[in-house]
Amino acid sequence: MSTVTTSTRPVDAAPGRTAAARLQAWLPRLVLSPSIAISLFFVYGFMLWTFILSLTNSRMLPSYEFVGFAQYARLMENERWWVAATNLGIFGGLFVIICLGLGLLLAILLDQRIRQEGALRTIYLYPMALSFIVTGVVWKWLLNPGLGIQAMVRGWGFESFTFDWLIDPKMSVYTLVIAAVWQASGFVMALFLAGLRGIDDSIIKAAQLDGAGLPRIYWRVVIPCLRPVVFSAVMILSHIAIKSFDLVVALTGGGPGYSSDLPATFMYTHAFTRAQIGLGSASAMLMLGGVLAILIPYLYSELRSRKHG
Amino acid sequence: MDNVIRRRTPGARLARAVLYTVLILAVLFYLMPLVVMLFTSIKPLDEIRAGSLLAMPLDPTFAPWAKAWGEACTGMRCEGVSVYFFNSIAIVVPAVLISTTIGALNGYALTKWRFKGSELVFALMLFGCFIPFQVVLLPMAQTLGWLGLSSSRAGLVLVHVIFGIAFTTLFFRNFYVSVPSELVSAAKLDGAGFFRIFWRILLPVSAPIIVVSVIWQFTQIWNDFLFGVAFSAHDTQPVTVALNNLVNTSTGVKEYNVDMAAAMIAALPTLVVYVLAGKYFVRGLTAGSVKG
Repeated sequence: MSTVTTSTRPVDAAPGRTAAARLQAWLPRLVLSPSIAISLFFVYGFMLWTFILSLTNSRMLPSYEFVGFAQYARLMENERWWVAATNLGIFGGLFVIICLGLGLLLAILLDQRIRQEGALRTIYLYPMALSFIVTGVVWKWLLNPGLGIQAMVRGWGFESFTFDWLIDPKMSVYTLVIAAVWQASGFVMALFLAGLRGIDDSIIKAAQLDGAGLPRIYWRVVIPCLRPVVFSAVMILSHIAIKSFDLVVALTGGGPGYSSDLPATFMYTHAFTRAQIGLGSASAMLMLGGVLAILIPYLYSELRSRKHG
Repeated sequence: MDNVIRRRTPGARLARAVLYTVLILAVLFYLMPLVVMLFTSIKPLDEIRAGSLLAMPLDPTFAPWAKAWGEACTGMRCEGVSVYFFNSIAIVVPAVLISTTIGALNGYALTKWRFKGSELVFALMLFGCFIPFQVVLLPMAQTLGWLGLSSSRAGLVLVHVIFGIAFTTLFFRNFYVSVPSELVSAAKLDGAGFFRIFWRILLPVSAPIIVVSVIWQFTQIWNDFLFGVAFSAHDTQPVTVALNNLVNTSTGVKEYNVDMAAAMIAALPTLVVYVLAGKYFVRGLTAGSVKG
């Protein structure tokens, strides 16, 4: 993690009287000011703006007729929102857990002096370079029952094999998990591998001298050392989950029906295609709340660990 | 680490075999979609319908690629994804250059010219890395309208610069923090100014972080869909939006091979960058998402 302490001393330009010197002293602030202004307006201002919109009865166009928290109340009574929110729970939970498990497993295996380790790493990680749209398009093709994996396995002679999650409203959300795990698990592997390489060998040697077997060493010594990595990975993955939009659009289109909607697609649909700007804004604010709920504990523990060295 | 399974006992050999088996299964899992995508994109349609997903193409043809590039229908129009591919380039290049330049100057000012409150400024800007963009979509649409940039490539460049600065500033700030400040202090005493020090001292050592920042921004912006779909019109769409339209356009026979060729075309630029500069790509990923 980044360290704040450096050797930089705030050397202010000599308190010269000339305009040029004064300009020099202010130049850093001047250079930063457009970015600060942008941040204040486009990030903080827009968050406030969306919050204000969420308190109005805006439909097609923004209006500023305030209705208090009525949009949030409507959201709470909206069945489609609950489907989206529940889906986020299922999708996010499975996505995070499977990515962590698979990432850790692959990292540990790769850490055993494997031949061609670099090539394997490259293969595991390349999906992360793709757009979620490409991932969605490919997996939609793989998962379509007519010509995809189902047809392939049936062609091998397993006539009754069924894998039609893409068109099954009860299972469609799990197709999102498959595609998202495919895309992001290699990245988690890379995080864990970096963590493993950073562990001090002497701890492990000591455990070996004590006669502990390899699985036991991993379970009792190595994995606990990786706790910070687990923490960051959970943060990043849940962030990806909450923001997931493109994958849903490309893979399931939110369907069948709205069975695989996520909050991000719910927000977009209501704000941009169903002329429900107020309701869409309320859902965006709840998404922000979700991100803050994972971000604040993370930052808190980061700052604390920094203080404790 | 040194704790590898090395003893040559039968048990150890078995463990080694299991280990390689699992690793190779994982290779198949990650490579399979790419292979299927490539195979499907060079098979004729009847071969796709008759054959199996993983079957080697018997009669490879590049016609689907040509069609995806120049003729396939994306929504109302039928001129392939080439137009949108160039749209993406026209959006990505300026957005990457501008956001990286601003990020470099910000990172420099925040580390080598600290002032009261500069840490606060950094924290303030950093928050932009974390917000879900849904929370800025509606105000952004209205603001772009006021600026006369609705549905334009320039508007998309602006949006990507605005929301990219947080990341590029983070990259450069964390990099410059570890560049020794003695030289900078000496140059300041000699009367060198802000830009001169940046140009002569910081920039020459910045190559690695510039590569990281450029690759990160390039991948992010090329792969963007949300801003693209929200703020573009038919003739200004980036390639991701066009790809999605192409796949979901339902007129006549569904041409899976053309879909896959278009997906390959959309994926190739970032894949090439990843293969050529994987190390920097990974560094950007970890710096961009781990550092708080």
